Amino acid sequence: MNMNRRELLEVGGKLLFLSGAAQVAVDNMLGAPTAMPDSYKMADHWWGMTVDISKCIGCGNCVRGCAAENGVPRGYFRTWVERYFVKDGDMEHPEVDSPDGAFSGFPTAQHPESKGFFVPKLCNHCVDSPCVQACPVGATFDSPDGVVLVDKSYCVGCRYCVQACPYGCRYIDPEKETVDKCTLCYHRITQGLTTACAEVCPTGARQLVDLKDPKDPVHEFLRVNTVQVLKPHMATRAKVFYKDLDGAVR
Amino acid sequence: MKKALKESEHLVRLAIVLALGLMVFLLIRRAVVPAGFGQYGHYRPGTLQDVRARPVTFAGHALCEACHDEIATKKAATKHGKVACEACHGALAKHADDPSALKPVKPDPAVLCVRCHEADSAKPKNFPQVVSKDHSQGNSCGVCHDPHSPKL
Repeated sequence: MNMNRRELLEVGGKLLFLSGAAQVAVDNMLGAPTAMPDSYKMADHWWGMTVDISKCIGCGNCVRGCAAENGVPRGYFRTWVERYFVKDGDMEHPEVDSPDGAFSGFPTAQHPESKGFFVPKLCNHCVDSPCVQACPVGATFDSPDGVVLVDKSYCVGCRYCVQACPYGCRYIDPEKETVDKCTLCYHRITQGLTTACAEVCPTGARQLVDLKDPKDPVHEFLRVNTVQVLKPHMATRAKVFYKDLDGAVR
Repeated sequence: MKKALKESEHLVRLAIVLALGLMVFLLIRRAVVPAGFGQYGHYRPGTLQDVRARPVTFAGHALCEACHDEIATKKAATKHGKVACEACHGALAKHADDPSALKPVKPDPAVLCVRCHEADSAKPKNFPQVVSKDHSQGNSCGVCHDPHSPKL
């Protein structure tokens, strides 16, 4: 076959182009779908949590349990407990403490003249999450079953999401320099277990709930109780529902 | 025909350059965008598997009760009935996998009991609380109470 340089370039270029395009087309058709290899169906679940303030005793079991389950470095928290004392209805100036996030519980306090209660806090797994909207690289996202997760291989550690979260639920992992947060024990709930914090809560104040499960007691919980979410004015559509939450809690 | 082709040769050349550019773009895109990106949203779907891959640390009370049914039955009727085993005994998935691999340490009542039952005016009023100094005169809680059946 006789060919001058121009013809060779033309034919070669066309062939190269066609083979590249064909490969892309084949890849797109096969699509390498990363389906879950087991019976867990993401579309059947919509996870959240209920917290019953009238049951929380501030023992800190959830904080220790979370740290043990998820390897949370000491001094960082995916969940923590705050103790409130509100005197004479002074909602703007409650006395709040949370020594070491209540990792070792609370030193005993007696303020009989004040209203006292504990508030466990964690990621609210918002439907309209400010952190997801703030992430510039698509490392933070809402999973199809309603859990806000982080792709640590994508996170560039810019801290935008840490500032965006109205609930202060995110921290930068001191070792990896990437963001970390509550996963709602995604590795547990996807195999039928409850979260570590709910498992070890001695009074049942914290309950993992599946809002898509018609048999879940959450529906009655939300119907019959006085329920509130944190910072409702932020319109985050938080999915951690507090029963008997006092107005002094911010 | 031949004349027309010759006159539009510069356009054909331009088309080839554009096509080559598009091909390079597609090849680079294929190399740098992870498989399945965008399947569920603007993220790498493999992350869901990565997060799920974490091993479990707390076995869950159902698994504990499969072996320790005696204690579970004893505890069930008491006020501690709904307290999960690992709430006091700690994370024991390793023990559940292989009982000889990890022996649970007996919890210290001096630390364990007071975390829940030491009096605090922030605790719910209906929750049993004591001032441990006055209540036990320095004795360990276990001297009088059995944590699996706490009522005397």
